[in-house]
Amino acid sequence: MALEVQIEKKLPDFTLDVSFRAENEPLSILGPSGAGKTMLLRCIAGLERPDRGRVALNDRVFFDSAQHVWVPARQRRVGMLFQHYALFPHRSVTGNIAFGVQNLPRDEQTRRVAELVRQTHLAGLEDRYPRELSGGEQQRVALARALAIEPEALLLDEPLSALDTHLRSQMEAQLQETFAAYRRPALLVTHNIEEAYRLGAQMLVLSKGRIAASGSKEEIFRRPASVEVARLTGCKNISRARAISDHTIEALDWGCTLQVTQELTGTPAFVGIRAHHIEFTESAAATSRGENIFPCWLKRSSETPFRITLFLSLREPGMESASQTHHLQAEASKEKWQQFRERPFPWYVRLSSDALFLLRE
Amino acid sequence: MDWSPLWISIATSVTATVVTLVAGLAAAAWRESRTGPAMALVDGIFLLPLVLPPTVVGFLLLLLFGRNGPLGKLFLEFGATIVFSWPATVIAATVVAFPLMYLTARAALEQVDPQMLQAARTLGATEWRVFREVALPLAWPGVLAGTILSFARALGEFGATLMLAGNIPGKTETIPIAIYFAVEANEMQRAAMWCFIDIGISLALLAGLYYWTHLQGPGRMQWARR
Repeated sequence: MALEVQIEKKLPDFTLDVSFRAENEPLSILGPSGAGKTMLLRCIAGLERPDRGRVALNDRVFFDSAQHVWVPARQRRVGMLFQHYALFPHRSVTGNIAFGVQNLPRDEQTRRVAELVRQTHLAGLEDRYPRELSGGEQQRVALARALAIEPEALLLDEPLSALDTHLRSQMEAQLQETFAAYRRPALLVTHNIEEAYRLGAQMLVLSKGRIAASGSKEEIFRRPASVEVARLTGCKNISRARAISDHTIEALDWGCTLQVTQELTGTPAFVGIRAHHIEFTESAAATSRGENIFPCWLKRSSETPFRITLFLSLREPGMESASQTHHLQAEASKEKWQQFRERPFPWYVRLSSDALFLLRE
Repeated sequence: MDWSPLWISIATSVTATVVTLVAGLAAAAWRESRTGPAMALVDGIFLLPLVLPPTVVGFLLLLLFGRNGPLGKLFLEFGATIVFSWPATVIAATVVAFPLMYLTARAALEQVDPQMLQAARTLGATEWRVFREVALPLAWPGVLAGTILSFARALGEFGATLMLAGNIPGKTETIPIAIYFAVEANEMQRAAMWCFIDIGISLALLAGLYYWTHLQGPGRMQWARR
């Protein structure tokens, strides 16, 4: 029992061409703006018609171009959360939640609305109108409204993007709670890497209408398969690479030779490392026991309240090429940074072979 | 004093407005989801009564509803003559008021956020329910303005009415026609009186329109304002 999607649809800039299966658990769909994420959800909900393919949920076929099957949105029982909520402004909270269940007996309606109000923490707001609610409350009403029809799948289009930071974490907790109880396919579209990671059990990376990666989120983040996936999952350091021997490569953009655990196959090839995986070591002690240790110089830095991002060059000042502003972007906690910020240059960084990953184009 | 033009005018305008409201809404809703070159022609036909001189509209209606016209013959089958009867005033007023209703209703329906309608569909609503419970309430202020404009236009209708319904006192003589024939008969006082009555009704309508669109207090309709 699952949601099976295999569709093609021509869009102005590219063709949406995806094929995947979502089990009874939350699936994050990560991708930049304009990757076709929203269109994908709309095709599943029945608000857009794909050019070709098949969409099936459990034993019901919603769309099959070969069999000329088309089930309209109203008969699909797929709950959809719109990015800007799309609440009915002329209906109260109760009126919005009850919209999809008006064919039920009145006491059953009342019971279900009350249950959803409790689940989505909307008690006391039942008679308010959407304009009288905060963004987070509006989103919870939209969630309750979608859940009221007991949907067989749930589609969420950037559910947190319109909320400020504080409400965002509240709503994220709400979604986690909802997903835990839901146990059916739930597709969550987002361009936020951390949201995608925290909320999805499985993950799918979408780029220009194609699936760039799919599967376990841990694996996608630990070993991204391509440069594209590495970038989309937030990898800041990517260099062209050339094999020297089985486990030795030259990182052309960084100008250094690296020991790696994987074997480099094919060209062009790339090597990457995540910013927070770059370690800072004390030169003398570390050089003797480690590999991939290089001297570096600080070009500039950028602070957030608890972390610091350091832009590093592997060349002595004056020796770097004109076009290169920095080679590596490293991230460290403020505490860690306090330990080495006063040290004289060069600092030493270690690019652990476990943290390095080889990428194809 | 014969008050019949007032009652005839009001009965004609109210009937014409109700017919226009239903027909205009239906046409606007039907047209909304359609595109293509044929739709330009449809729009042209729907809006024609707005740009044509009322006498031309009246002449065309006369051709349609006359004894030898296609619709006139049809009504004759049932023993009804449209021309020079009270229903003729309603037909003339409806035809000239229709474009105003159609235009404002379409503009109002286009303003409705399509995501609202889509949300309703994903919640299992039929197209009729989507229209009646989401699109129409959200478009209501615009539709209401269109209704008031249509009523005003129907109330002021002269040319087409005179052509199709003539001037039969107590039957088809509306206020504008009464004014014209009063002036022609040199009864200036009677003409002036009907003019003032007409101005009064029009001002009341405009006040109503203004109230609905600007002075809506914190009431049921406030959500409709952006």
